[in-house]
Amino acid sequence: MICCNCKEKPATVHYTKIDGDKMHKLDLCEACAKAKGVNDPQGFSLADMLLGLGASQEIEQAAGGADLKCPQCGFAQTDFKKSGRLGCSECYKTFAEGLEGLLKTMHKGTRHVGKMPESLRQSREAADHLKTLHKKLAKAIEDENFEQAATLRDEIKQLAGRPAGALQGRPV
Amino acid sequence: MTLNDFLAPPDETARRKGPHDRIVMSSRVRLARNLRDAAFPGWAKKPERIRVLEHVQPAVQSLPGMKDAFAGAMEALSTLDKQILVERHLISREHAARGAGSGIVLNREESFCVMINEEDHLRMQALRPGLQLRQAWSAIDQLDSELERRLDYAFSPELGYLTACPTNLGTGIRVSAMLHLPGLVLAEQINPIIQSVNKLGLAVRGLYGEGTEALGNVFQVSNQMTLGETEPTIVERLEKVLSQIIEHEENARATLLEKKAKTVYNHIGRAYGILANAHSISSKETMNLLSLMRLGADLGLFPGTDRALVDELFLLTQPAHLQRQHSEKLSAEERDLLRADMLRERLKHVGRPVARPPATGNAGMDNTAKA
Repeated sequence: MICCNCKEKPATVHYTKIDGDKMHKLDLCEACAKAKGVNDPQGFSLADMLLGLGASQEIEQAAGGADLKCPQCGFAQTDFKKSGRLGCSECYKTFAEGLEGLLKTMHKGTRHVGKMPESLRQSREAADHLKTLHKKLAKAIEDENFEQAATLRDEIKQLAGRPAGALQGRPV
Repeated sequence: MTLNDFLAPPDETARRKGPHDRIVMSSRVRLARNLRDAAFPGWAKKPERIRVLEHVQPAVQSLPGMKDAFAGAMEALSTLDKQILVERHLISREHAARGAGSGIVLNREESFCVMINEEDHLRMQALRPGLQLRQAWSAIDQLDSELERRLDYAFSPELGYLTACPTNLGTGIRVSAMLHLPGLVLAEQINPIIQSVNKLGLAVRGLYGEGTEALGNVFQVSNQMTLGETEPTIVERLEKVLSQIIEHEENARATLLEKKAKTVYNHIGRAYGILANAHSISSKETMNLLSLMRLGADLGLFPGTDRALVDELFLLTQPAHLQRQHSEKLSAEERDLLRADMLRERLKHVGRPVARPPATGNAGMDNTAKA
């Protein structure tokens, strides 16, 4: 096994942390382990470490094609591997697939439940409502309940007919 | 106004009081925010960073809480000024290293400090002395709500506030407290405490944050996860953990005094001896010894001496603060000499520690601890 940090020397220090039902593993050579302070709990935080190396690997594996580039800012996956930072807010859409697994290991959940801009609060409620309606519509069609489907379709049409900005979260 | 004239003098900052401040030196809540239509600072080219700064800085300055604030571009500050801001924990070391396109807005009371174009377009922090996480959160929450009316934030309903690094995604919140834990260090209980705090998903770091040493027995505890929980939940968890750490520290001090009083007095007496008599002393040694003196002051071993003096020296003896008092550029060796001169002078009127704490025994004890 090769050190997951320098990818040169053989790994001799193996570190496993179990956090709830998630398991994080690190395999390091002696030099990297020392540099990262694995033997010195005072200076060592597994999360810091995972950020430094696990992160870039995961986005690479998960997202399709290594040439994927953000249409807004031109940021590529290889750039993430270098810095562990994204290029712009649009990158979260571009690399969504690759980021999902990464976010799971990093955070408590993968959906934001905290504060949101006031201007967005209402439109988010509307968006959630719209989603539910779409689900209901699909179900109604599947069940061949066309009467209900028609009502739902009208309701969706009416909601979607609101100014586009309302759903985009921009102040209207 | 120069930064030097703006910042409160160290004897004043050392006198800021807050709940539990004998153990919790300060509380901080930081929010990361970005603009929707600009690349993150680490990826943006210089003209774009400058455009963001020119847009964001006036917006921040126009906030009600930012009246008479100090505001400026990082490149307009000298290396020394930037280092002073780092030593005062007002900006990160990373921010100090940034140049064109980065800026800072610091309010008159030094209770809000906004870094512009650090890793994110906005890193806004509320700072409070002692343990005041809730107050810090509510202050920064309000500042953020006012700012969101003036700026178009990058926000996704699913992922929350979008940040350059996925570790800050969601709430973009970092709640942290700076703790002085000499009792736990002396009692050799600090490592298990750090490990159990880590298990709760919280980070323990040194004096200057990520990747720094725990100089002077000062530790920073903060949340790591930012997505999937609300801000108040995160603040509450930190509060719970901190109150336990405070209790452990108080217990460690009480036990040390009971079982190893001589060892503790020996450490403190020697620390005083070196600080008050050395002719050359490094900043690292100074911090570690001042930490012991601070413990001595907490335990009542320096009657008539305020802990604020120790806290003032903690700041004044750091490299940039020391350099600021001298016009010529000092080498590390020269600083060690001048630091020792200053410490001898300032400790001239501080009597050596008494052999045992005053009769009340618990003098200076936090009144929330033992009666």
